[in-house]
Amino acid sequence: MSNLTDGNLAVDVSDLKRCFRGKAALQGVNLKIPRGTIQGLVGLNGAGKTTLIRHLIGSLRAESGSVRVLGHDPVQEPEGVLKQIGYMTEEDSLPKWMRVGELIHFCRSVYRTWDDRYARELSEMFSLSKNTKLSGLSKGQRARVGLLVAIAHRPLLLILDEPSSGLDPIARSDILEAVIRTISDDGRTVLFSSHLLDEVDRVCDHIALLHNGRIIDALRPEDRDHRYSELTYLAAESWNPPNTETVDTQWQGCFGWRRSGKEWTTVLSGADHQSPPTFEDAKLIGQGPVSLQRWFEASVTHHPSSTVNHVQETNEAADG
Amino acid sequence: MQIHIKSDGLPIYQQIADQIRHRIIAGQLVVGDEITSIRNLAEQLRVNPNTIARAYRELELEGLLEKRRTKGTFVASRKSRSSLKERRERLQPHLDAVIIYASQLGFSKEELMDQLKARDSIILQNRSGTEEDLS
Repeated sequence: MSNLTDGNLAVDVSDLKRCFRGKAALQGVNLKIPRGTIQGLVGLNGAGKTTLIRHLIGSLRAESGSVRVLGHDPVQEPEGVLKQIGYMTEEDSLPKWMRVGELIHFCRSVYRTWDDRYARELSEMFSLSKNTKLSGLSKGQRARVGLLVAIAHRPLLLILDEPSSGLDPIARSDILEAVIRTISDDGRTVLFSSHLLDEVDRVCDHIALLHNGRIIDALRPEDRDHRYSELTYLAAESWNPPNTETVDTQWQGCFGWRRSGKEWTTVLSGADHQSPPTFEDAKLIGQGPVSLQRWFEASVTHHPSSTVNHVQETNEAADG
Repeated sequence: MQIHIKSDGLPIYQQIADQIRHRIIAGQLVVGDEITSIRNLAEQLRVNPNTIARAYRELELEGLLEKRRTKGTFVASRKSRSSLKERRERLQPHLDAVIIYASQLGFSKEELMDQLKARDSIILQNRSGTEEDLS
């Protein structure tokens, strides 16, 4: 992997903090995305994902900390950043009164690097007709138009903020294919924020988990089986796992306990080195790989939001 | 190649490597066959190209695939193989599953051995066309 000097980073966020009406939304976020990689961003609603992304596209100014995108400050030098970014969001934010052809024509005039051939190829692939009004398209077709105008200028950095929520499987698949092509074409960079963990697992080189305005874990999907495993215990009726809620540290590497009848499962971190804990009244009956879903659930329950509960509402208001 | 990816926790590169390995061992892919390029398989499966590359690298290390510069990736003639220890480790979870399932179905150890041998000869017959490649 490339080293993390400035020139090799598409995104470099350091100790970014942000409050909305006095409530902390981002509490010191560090995120470095090497060029040519796909970075996944996952987290609960209101965790701060969209707030973070809005700093990257220059629509929010860093209150403290720093944000560099493709070597520039997106607020100070928006022209240096925005023309090299492609941005697609979950919201249906395209002007619906326009026709497909008019929107393409407009975007073509904004971006100097617009690639007519690529735009035509995408139009054909998505069966888009120039004369259709955006208001007359299905949600899936509108998402494809959004994708086209986000990538036809061949941006160095493609930012997808929940691009596939609420879309049919084929539209989602088209988006994923575009993501894969974007980086395999010529080493461009993608930031992929999504709730669809299966998709994140498939396409990302790195995954960051944002929770209550902090990145609480980051991993590479291929390392998951080296770093974590899932343990299953068969326990006596009255048995309870060691209380991990009150202390903020994991207990012997275990977190995210979950019960089903007499069986308990937990996520063990440091799977390659740490041996599973033993108990008097609970017998270890299984050890296997952890799905991204299980890792996600265990991680966010391990970091309860009690102290910063109010942040979620505020942030959600700002997201919307 | 039709590869199927599940989200049950097994890393995706491992799922891909397992399925290609199975095809090679079962004789569906034979020495000299070209494997789908990393780029094409990545686009087809909507999977990160580095993940595909990782799967191919594993299989190269095991001596099942070989990369020919600029030409692509091919099923290798099986000269270099992984160590006995590595091969045992790879087999172990499958053995465990069979042993547990057989005992649950009420087969004795001897009956299980007999069935293993019977299945083995059937599989050998079915792939006799490609046998020399699999030594």
